[in-house]
Amino acid sequence: MSASAPLAAFACVLRRDLLLALRRRSDVATTLFFFVIVVTLFPLGVGPEMSLLRTMAPGVLWVAALLASMLALGRLFAGDYADGTLEQLVLAPHPLGLLVGAKIAAHWLVTGLPLVLLAPLLGLAFDMRAEALGTLTLSLLLGTPTLGLIGAIGAALTLGLRGAGLLLSLLVLPLYIPVLIFGAGAVEAVAGGLGPGAHLSVLGALLVLALFFAPWAAALALRISLE
Amino acid sequence: MLVANGLECVRGGRRLFRAVGFELDPGTALEVQGANGSGKTSLLRMLCGLLAPAAGEILWNGADIRTLGEAYRGELVYLGHQNAIKDDLSALENLLVSETLAESAVTPAAARDSLARLGLAGCADLPTRVLSQGQKRRVALARLLFRERCRLWVLDEPFVALDQQAVREIAAIIAAQLGGGGIVVYTTHQEVAVAAPRRTELRLGR
Repeated sequence: MSASAPLAAFACVLRRDLLLALRRRSDVATTLFFFVIVVTLFPLGVGPEMSLLRTMAPGVLWVAALLASMLALGRLFAGDYADGTLEQLVLAPHPLGLLVGAKIAAHWLVTGLPLVLLAPLLGLAFDMRAEALGTLTLSLLLGTPTLGLIGAIGAALTLGLRGAGLLLSLLVLPLYIPVLIFGAGAVEAVAGGLGPGAHLSVLGALLVLALFFAPWAAALALRISLE
Repeated sequence: MLVANGLECVRGGRRLFRAVGFELDPGTALEVQGANGSGKTSLLRMLCGLLAPAAGEILWNGADIRTLGEAYRGELVYLGHQNAIKDDLSALENLLVSETLAESAVTPAAARDSLARLGLAGCADLPTRVLSQGQKRRVALARLLFRERCRLWVLDEPFVALDQQAVREIAAIIAAQLGGGGIVVYTTHQEVAVAAPRRTELRLGR
């Protein structure tokens, strides 16, 4: 095996999943629409009081992003599981954690990154200030990959179970709490005139930790689910 | 050499088989027989390391396959009863992805040639969702043409859904692999003559 082989395998899975997402754009669109609709429901429900909306905005946007990325998790492994390609990934002569990492990366690029890019636009509707919008984008950029990584473990564990969707949310949502607290916290800190540095550092640390452990944990869970 | 000792399989609280053992030298074909539900697929999945046996061990050249990991997976081809192809990708793309992952020396031209050999010349660029069941099976089987170097082929019902000409073609590919010293473990419900230097049969179930 040459030294570049694992990298080639990573790129191969990443490319395949992106290509599949491109061929099935509706899947990606549903996640985005869900995010947009949940966020726009709040001003309709609460009423057009600007100061209230501005206070709520970080929390609302973060919770909506969190729910949207959880909703997308079900598709992470389900397709590969149903058509047998997951077995072939497990049997490929590469570390499974690496291939799972590629799948998570592709999943984030098509479901997470669009949320990050869309969030500041929706933030405008909540009358958020410019620096708060910047911090919101940055915090989502650091936070949503962590959501995908943690969620992948849950998705792998619940693979092939009946009622997997509900079980997945029960399993994963509590684990999302730290990301939510520090993500929304960063934006609130900026809105309150403080620096976002501390919150963003914690988000970054969570991301590094998840990057390091989650793909391997998910790989282990996949092997169990495939038995 | 592939050796299985005292394998036992329990699925859903029911024991499917116990004390199954065999030794397969290079060039041996093992045909696993048995009624539906007798544990043929489970046995094949055990040989791949996808399913842990309730008891017993599987040795590849004297080492437990669970400790071998990637080194063993590099020697192995598994064709499950699912085709493991993506509906939204073309036959060519599917083959290129699976062979890149398996580290085969594959080029688009070579992939096209092997698809043509299996009678898929006209539909290499169509999404596989529009192909027939038999054509999908052929796409999955095209992998075998790139895996001569793999010493162990585990094939779960390779001939299912294929027409007679394709069955003969696949049987010839398997025979060539056996002639080259490969080990092939397979199941089939069809009467297919696979020429093998050595062959063994294993009957599961009562």
